[in-house]
Formats: sequence, structure tokens, C-alpha cells
Amino acid sequence: MCTVPGMSIGHTLLGLLESGPRHGYDLKRAFDEKFGHDRPLHYGQVYSTMSRLLKNGLVEVEGVEPGEGPERKRYAITEAGITDVRRWLATPEKPEPYLQSTLYTKVVLALLTNRNAAEILDTQRSEHLRMMRILTDRKRKGDLADQLICDHALFHLEADLRWLELTAARLDKLAAEVAR
Amino acid sequence: MSGEGGHLPDRAKSRAWGRSRDLGMGVRFAFTGGREGWVRAVLTAVGVGLGVALLLLTAAIPNAMGMRDDREEARHDIGLVFHQENAETKQSDRTVVVANSDTQYQGKEVRGRLMEPEGPRAPVPPGVEKLPAEGEMLVSPALAELLKSDGGKLLVERLPYRVVGTIGESGLIGSRELAYIAGVDGLAKRINGSTVGRIERFGNPEDQPGRSMDPVLLLLVLVVLVVLLMPVGVFIATAVRFGGERRDRRLAALRLVGSDSRMTRRIAAGEALAGSFLGLAFGTLFFLMGRELAASVEVFGISVFPDYLTPTPALALLIAVAIPASAVLVTLFALRGVVIEPLGVVRSTKPARRRLWWRLLLPLGGLALLLPMIGQGADNGPFNEYQVTGGVVLLLVGVTALLPWLVEAVVARMGSGSVAWQLAVRRLQLSSGSAARMVNGIAVAVAGAIALQMLFAGADSAYTEVTGKDVTRANMEVGLPDGSRVSAAVKDFEQTKGVSEALGLSSVSVGDRRKDPESSVGMTVGTCASLREMAKISSCRDGDVFMTESPEDPTALTMVKPGRTLWVEPSYSGEDPGAEIPWTPPGEVKKVAERADSLRPSLSGLLVTRAALPAKVEPLLYSSVYLRLDPSVPDATDRVLNTAAAFDPLTDAWVWESTSRSGEYQSIRTGLFVGSACVLVLIGASLLVSQLEQLRERRKLLSALVAFGTRRRTLSLSVLWQTAIPIALGLVLSSVVGLTLGAVLLRMTNIPVSVDWASVLSMTGIGAGVVCLVTALSLPPLLRMMRPDGLRTE
Amino acid sequence: MMPAGSLLAATDLRKAYGPTTALDGAEFSIHPGEVVAVMGPSGSGKSTLLHCLAGIVTPDSGSILYNDREMADMTDAERSALRRSEFGFVFQFGQLVPELTCVENVALPLRLNGISRKEAERAALSWMQRLEVDDLKGKRPGEVSGGQGQRVAVARALVTNPRVLFADEPTGALDSLNGERVMELFTEAARSTNAAVVLVTHEARVAAYSDREIVVRDGRSRDMERIV
Repeated sequence: MCTVPGMSIGHTLLGLLESGPRHGYDLKRAFDEKFGHDRPLHYGQVYSTMSRLLKNGLVEVEGVEPGEGPERKRYAITEAGITDVRRWLATPEKPEPYLQSTLYTKVVLALLTNRNAAEILDTQRSEHLRMMRILTDRKRKGDLADQLICDHALFHLEADLRWLELTAARLDKLAAEVAR
Repeated sequence: MSGEGGHLPDRAKSRAWGRSRDLGMGVRFAFTGGREGWVRAVLTAVGVGLGVALLLLTAAIPNAMGMRDDREEARHDIGLVFHQENAETKQSDRTVVVANSDTQYQGKEVRGRLMEPEGPRAPVPPGVEKLPAEGEMLVSPALAELLKSDGGKLLVERLPYRVVGTIGESGLIGSRELAYIAGVDGLAKRINGSTVGRIERFGNPEDQPGRSMDPVLLLLVLVVLVVLLMPVGVFIATAVRFGGERRDRRLAALRLVGSDSRMTRRIAAGEALAGSFLGLAFGTLFFLMGRELAASVEVFGISVFPDYLTPTPALALLIAVAIPASAVLVTLFALRGVVIEPLGVVRSTKPARRRLWWRLLLPLGGLALLLPMIGQGADNGPFNEYQVTGGVVLLLVGVTALLPWLVEAVVARMGSGSVAWQLAVRRLQLSSGSAARMVNGIAVAVAGAIALQMLFAGADSAYTEVTGKDVTRANMEVGLPDGSRVSAAVKDFEQTKGVSEALGLSSVSVGDRRKDPESSVGMTVGTCASLREMAKISSCRDGDVFMTESPEDPTALTMVKPGRTLWVEPSYSGEDPGAEIPWTPPGEVKKVAERADSLRPSLSGLLVTRAALPAKVEPLLYSSVYLRLDPSVPDATDRVLNTAAAFDPLTDAWVWESTSRSGEYQSIRTGLFVGSACVLVLIGASLLVSQLEQLRERRKLLSALVAFGTRRRTLSLSVLWQTAIPIALGLVLSSVVGLTLGAVLLRMTNIPVSVDWASVLSMTGIGAGVVCLVTALSLPPLLRMMRPDGLRTE
Repeated sequence: MMPAGSLLAATDLRKAYGPTTALDGAEFSIHPGEVVAVMGPSGSGKSTLLHCLAGIVTPDSGSILYNDREMADMTDAERSALRRSEFGFVFQFGQLVPELTCVENVALPLRLNGISRKEAERAALSWMQRLEVDDLKGKRPGEVSGGQGQRVAVARALVTNPRVLFADEPTGALDSLNGERVMELFTEAARSTNAAVVLVTHEARVAAYSDREIVVRDGRSRDMERIV
């Protein structure tokens, strides 16, 4: 587990930039520290992502340190970048298995950028519940096979939801840890 | 336990240690557990303590009665036992002349003795070292106290002797007995063999077989004890079950941490032991307190010295062993239907339906024991104490056996009603046993009290009817030892404060011959005024003679003829010669009709004014003075007694009462009433405790019921019904049993059966009152429990 | 701020038990026929919110409107009458009277409303049929299983045709299968009578039977539908 899927690395790096401009090397270290855990980010991944963000106008290069290598570039987030992060955080993820890594990233980023992390969890819970309602409804109307299949999904969603609850209950602790 | 489990002695030792440790743990549990634990322990102890105190008292009573009898025997002097032979005791230096001068003061009996020793070796009664000299007296401590008090002033006047000492305990039969021994002169010439006699020693001359108690009194005492002890017994049985639910849960917790079921039972036994030992201590304390109190109390005119009330050691030991043992047995019995599992308490499967037949056997057995004794009481010898006790106990135990069946049977048939009613009835249907157990004590107490009240009421009226004195005609009668001084006595009494009228009447017999008359009639002698109290006399002058017409007894008519000489006090052969005074009635003997309310009813014969008789007759007269008292003078009776004593210490005065002994019975009944009420209140307290325990268990349910809109009134009412239904059944049953027992006891004593509805109502009323009180007291906690806090999950 | 047409609505509810704050400005509203789940961690004030809404507990401040009537202005007796006739309750456990038979338990609210025993029990039995527990009518609660007992409790909550049903962890003591069945029967019955349901639960699969949910955290409520 625990690797951030490619699509959200950009948002994650953007979020990390929100607290202030950083060098590419710093970004990789911060990412690894907070989210990388057992599988650190490759430099190549950082640079390709940063160049995509640069192209989309979500970051800008604030300056280049003397020396060799692209890691000497110093990136800063743009207004458009901040809006993008906010939108990403506010949008619940489609309920699916192994979601917690993304959610975890979102929560930590929200804590890092002083956003309301609880809201992210509540929003996500609401989305999960919406899904569960649909499944419950389908189950009610369906035959035994439908019921069994829906139940499987329901139990998984429920597990996620429990994780959401638990995380919500531990937000204060997490905030303290992230701030370190 | 010990690691080396191989040696048998070792194991045995450790097992014993384990056992006592379990008991000790139980003892500790009895007192720990916060305020509630203490309240439970104290309630148990008070309950057991009261029972123990009563038992100790009961164990002491035979001793006390025996002591009283012994002392009474030891100071015996004149009276029935000695009669004639006594009057003939020759005077010597070893004799003493004793006169009975018993009197009454403020309605209390005062034992009075006048003594005149006739030599240096004259005997002294017990409790006396030296007989008082002339004009001096020895008094009992209670009398000394009375004489010194303000309330004793009139008695001081009546006893014109100087107090020189007290009568020792051995000369008294009770701590509150009023008694005096006075030294007087000139008693010897008044020896008459009944109230004045010469004796050589005190004490019953012959070793009489122990005078047995009046059977009726014995019956009363037995029934009183049984009736008071039974509910206390029931109460003890309930008391040791206090907090049972909580204890069961605690025991379950102990099972969870590894104690086996034997250990838990031992722990429970330890708890019961602790309660009963504390109860024993309380009981001993209550008993000692009660014993001291007993010295200042007089019941039935009987008081005792504290040291009379010493239980026989064997009985005391029995109590000390039996109470804890029965507490443990009751506890184990209660645990019998309960399996304590580590995860909770499991009540064994639904108890079998209650059967009626063996429950009926108990009261029927009781009746079977009592019925053969019907009619045995009054004159036909004593009752068999064991039979009486057994019968009464069985009948009363029958209440506790029948009540669960009755509650179950009735409640099972109870149908629809309001919601409150339905809730109560359904609850009772599920647990009629515990409901019945709660009211058992009350039922037994009420049944016993009703029976006793009936017995007392019956005995009361039976003893009342015999006097036949008309208190509207006279309030007192004073017999004069010297009949000739009647007019002087009348004069004295007329001057006594509180006397509105004094009438002297004397009597003497007259026959038609000097010796062995064929017929004789009584002559009543008095003033015109006093004769008019007996017959309708229109005109009367001193010197007139009248004759009452009595169709049933024509003797006077045939005997009295004008001019015929009659003989006052004729002689009869074989007896001491009479005075043989000839008397010829004056010319005309008027026939008069007897008054319906005559002072001396149904007395036929001659009514004679004083002047119609020769003076020689005077010493022969036996005279009484009849007194009407002014009701506004409260101490008139004592003033009359003072005048009488001053006139002659040997006058014999008595107060006319239409209802004799009623006062004494009344005080007993009041005492019984108070005692029963106390027992009921005590039982009420236990009822309250178990009620609250039950309510607490249902806290969550109550909150839920309130949440969905149940009126508090409905719930309160259901609690009321839940207590009231078993109590009502209990009271009905106990009334039936009580009335039956009362009727049987009355029949046993040959007293006509009459139901004392007032006491039935008051006893059942108190029982009902206790229920209302318990319900009222459990309402505030109930309302508190109905608050939604109970709904909060954790 | 109260959504128009709501049957029961609360604004700025505050309630403290001694030093503990249970509700700290909670909001709530529900429309007829709506099933609203009240979620949140334990101790968040879910049950207190339900107790306030049902008029069992009086809030320290704030307003609760039922049918445009302020609950705080009603007397205790009026609130009790409301609970008896217009509200229905299902709790986690312990609400059935152990001495009464199941049918008597179900009939109890009707009887509290003064309806005769016969009629009440007839109505009770028809509801028990709908909840598939009519064969338990003569049994006592102690003799039936947890799921059956809870269905009996649901039947009892529905028997008065209440306009609002309050359920506090109604499946808390049941396994998934039984819990689901109870929820299914419960919500179906509620929808068929157009009753509003306030469903306090911490179980997502139970909350999934609702139309929307409210999250209570630290005494404050969040209405999730209006935010998304």
C-alpha cells in the first residue's frame, strides 16, 4: 500500500508548496517524509510532475540556485495552484477500495495548509454513505446474488467509513504529529 | 494454596483455612459497599436484634414469674391458707399479730400490713430486719418515692406513720410494688381470722404444689409471645435476604475471577453470619436496655426487678447458636433455586405451580391442635402449653404458607383494567412469590394482633359483667369493722371533700325463735333517708318498720305478725351461740315495694329504722356506708379512703365499678397495639428496601416507558397496585386467620365469641397505612429514576 | 434558519449535564416521510439530540419547532401526550416490559392513549403481522430472541401511526442479518405511513437506510446534504 497514485502526486506537491516556495529536492524529501514511507518518490517523478504543473500555470520558478542539476530550481505555487488544491481537497473521492492513501494525503495536506481536515472526512463519509444507500437500495430490490454482491461492497465501504470515523477521532493527534 | 499438595493433613488444613477465608470474605462484604451496604447491614442487624431481644425476654419470663411466686410465698402471712386455725394461734413471745390494711391509691393497689409483735422473738417478714415500732413504718422504694412526690400528699395523710426504712427487695415481688409495713398497738383484740390474725412465722406453712397460673392468663402470655415473635421471625428471614440481588451479582463477579460455587455459597453464608452476629450484639443491647426499662414499667399490675429477667443460660446459648445458624440456612435456602454463573445469575427454571394441599395442612393442623381444648379453660384445668403454642404457631405459619398460593391464584385470575393495573398484575403474575414474601411479615403480624385483640376484648368484657354494681346509685362502699359506729362514720364522710352524699346501712338477721329458728330474715337498718334507697317508702319516721313484698320469698310475711317476739341473732346448735336478743316489732309493719335500683338489690326482708331496735342490737350490726361522690372532685376516692383509714385503719373500702379490670386490659391492648404497629413499621422498612432494590433494577425500563409518553401517574399507580394487591390479599387472609384464631381462643376460655371490629379495622388499617407509606416513600426515588438519564446508554 | 416545510426542526440547541457539554449549538430539521440518520462518535451528543428533539430532555437553550409549535412552550404533560400520540420510539434494548406479553407490549402506547384493550390489541396484532412477529403474541419478551424482540419494539413504535419515529441504535444489540431485517421492515413501514424517522446510529450500514445523514461532533451538528 501507501504509494500515492500518479494522478494525485501533482496535487500533493502543490499542497506542499502552499506553505512556502521550495526546491525540488526539498519537495521530494518533504513528500517522502509525510507520504512516501516505504516507497520514496523518484527524482524523475518530481521533475516531470513539476514541469507539467509549470506548463499548466499552477507553479512558477522563483529562482535558480547556482550549481549543477535541475534540483536547484526553487518552485512557488500560483493563485491558480491554490485554487486547484482547494478544489481537489473538497471533492470527495469516488468510493473504492484502498482509498485511504489518497484520503490520508488529503487530510495531511489539509492539516499542513491549515484547512479544515474534518470537513474532508465528513464530505468523504457523505459520499460513501451515498454509495451505500444506492447499494442498499439495489440490494433491497435485487435477488440473492445481487444481495450478496452488494453486501460485499457494503462491507468494504463500511470498513472505509470506520476508518474515516477513526481518523476523524484522531485528527488532533495527527495535526500535532504533522506540525512537527 | 500450598504448593505441596501431597500430604493429606496439609491439604485438610489448607481447605479449612480456605473455608474460613471464604467466610471472612463474606463478612467483609457485608460491611463494605458504601452507604447502601451499611444501611443494609444495620437494617438486618436491627431486625435480627429485635428478634433476639424478644427471644431473650421470652427466655427470661419463666424465671421472672418463678421469682415472683417464690417471693410471694415467702412473705405469706394471713389469708385464705390460715383461716380459722390462724385465729387460734396462742399468744407467745414468738408471735406477731398481722392485719391486712391493703388500700388503693390513685387506682393502684397498695399492699398494707399492720403488725404488732408480741415478744422479742416475733418473726419478721422477708426484706425486713426489724419490725417497725408503733407509729412507724417501712415502705417499698416505689412507695417511698410516691410519698415524697407531690402526687403522694393524700397518701401521706392516709398513712399516719413515720417512715423509718425501706422494705428490702426480698420482701417485694416487683420493682414498682407499693407496699408498707406499719407498727401498731392493740391489734390482738381485733383478731378475726380473716383480715387480722396471729402468726408464728411468715411463708407458706406447707410446701404447696406450685400454684399454676390462671389458665386464661397463661394463654394470653403464650399467645402474646407467639404473636410478637412470629412476625419477627418472618422479618429475620426477610432481613437476611436484604440486598440479595446485588449480592448475587457480586457473587457472579467472584465466580468470574475463579471461585467455585461452593466458595460463593460460603461467602454468602459469611455475609449472613456477619449480619446475624451484629444482630445478636444489637439484640443483647436491646435486651439489656429493655431489662432496665422493665424495672420502671408495670404491666397488669406486675412489675419485675431487672435481675429477675435473666434468661436461663441454656436458652440464651440456644439463641446465640440458633440465630446465626438459621440466618445461614435461610440464605442457603434462598440460594437453592439460584445458579450463580460467572457471567451472571441464573434463576432455576420456572418453579412448579404452588400446591394448595400441604399449605392447607399447616393451619388445619393448628386448628386440630387447638379445637380439642375448647371449653377447657375456665374451670376445667390448665391448657397444655405446648399444644397451645404449637397450634397458634401452625395457624400463623399457615398464613405464610397460604399467602403465596393465594397471591398466585388470585393474581392469575385478575384481568383487564387500566394500564397501571395491567403492569402491576402482570408483574405480580411473574413474581408472585417475592411479592408474597414481602408481605408475609405484615400478614402474620396482623393475623396475630387481630386474634389477640379479640381475646383481650373478650376477656375484658367477660371480666366486666360480673360486678353488677350500679355506679349511678353509689360510687363507693365502705365496710365498717365496728358496725355500731355507723352514724359517726356517716358524719365523718359527709364532711369529706368530694362526697355529695353518705348513707349508712347496717344489717343483722332475725329469726322466729331464740334457738334454731324455723325461719329467719335479714333486717336492714338505717335512717329513713337511707332506707328510701332500697324501697319506695312514702312516709317514714324514726321508729317505723317496713317489710318488702317479695312474692318469691314470703318468709317475712309469714314470720312477722303484730306483737310477735322475734330474736335478733338466734343461736344454731353446733355453732357458737348468737346474741339472742328479743325484739318485738312495733304495731304496724308497712308493706313497701322494693326499688328497682335498690342499693342492695333483691334483698327481701325487714327495713328497720334505728329507733325501732333496742340499743343492745347495735354491736351486732354489720355496717356499711354508701357514698356518692362529686365527679368534679378528681381525688374524691382517695379522700374517702383517707377518711376511712382515719376512722379505722381496718375499714374495708371499695370503689364501685361497672367495668372491673377494664383499665388494665385497656393498657395491655394499647401496648399490644403499639407493639404490633412497631413490628409493622419495621416490616414496612424492609418492604421499602426491597421495593427500591426492585425499582433500581428496572431503571432503564422506567426511563423508556416515560420516553414514549407514559404518564408518571400511571407508573406510580402501578407501583402502588403492585404493593397494594398482595397486601390486600395478605390482610384479607390474615383477617380470616386472625378471626378464626381469636374465635377458637375465646371458645377455649369459654368466653362468648364476639368480633372486635374496631381492632380488626385498626390493625388492617395500619397494615394498609404501611403500604401507602412505603409507596409514598418510594415515589421520590421512582420519579428520579424515571428521568431520561436512565436512557443514556453508558 | 429553518428549511421550509420541515416537520421537526431545531436551531442552536445547547445542553450541558453538569460540567459536560452534550450539545453546543446543534441544528436539525426533518420533513415528513424523510429518514435522517444522526451519526457521530460515541459521546458526541447524538442521543442527547434525539432526547431533546423528542421532548424527553429540555435543552438549556435553543428552539425546537414541531409542526410550527415551540416545544419549550409546552408543559411536561403536553410533551408527554405528544410522545404518546405523535411520536414513536425504538431503543437499543430494555424497552419492552418483561412482564407483559409481546402483544400487550405493542398495544401499550395505544392503551396509554386511552384506547380499549381489545381494540388496542387488535391494532397491535396487525402491526406485528407486518413485522412478521405475530406468532409471538402470547410470549413474554424474555422468551423471544433479540431480533424478534426488536421487531416487537418496532411494531410498538409504529402502532400509534406516529408522525415522527425516533430510533436510538435500534440494531445495536443485533447481528448484521437481524439488524438489516429490522431496519428494512422499519424503514419500509415508516415510508408507507409517511412518518419522519430520526435514526441515531454509529453503524454505516444502518445509516445507509436513511435519506441523508447528520453528523454530530463535539455537540455540533453538520447537515451533510446541504454542504455537498
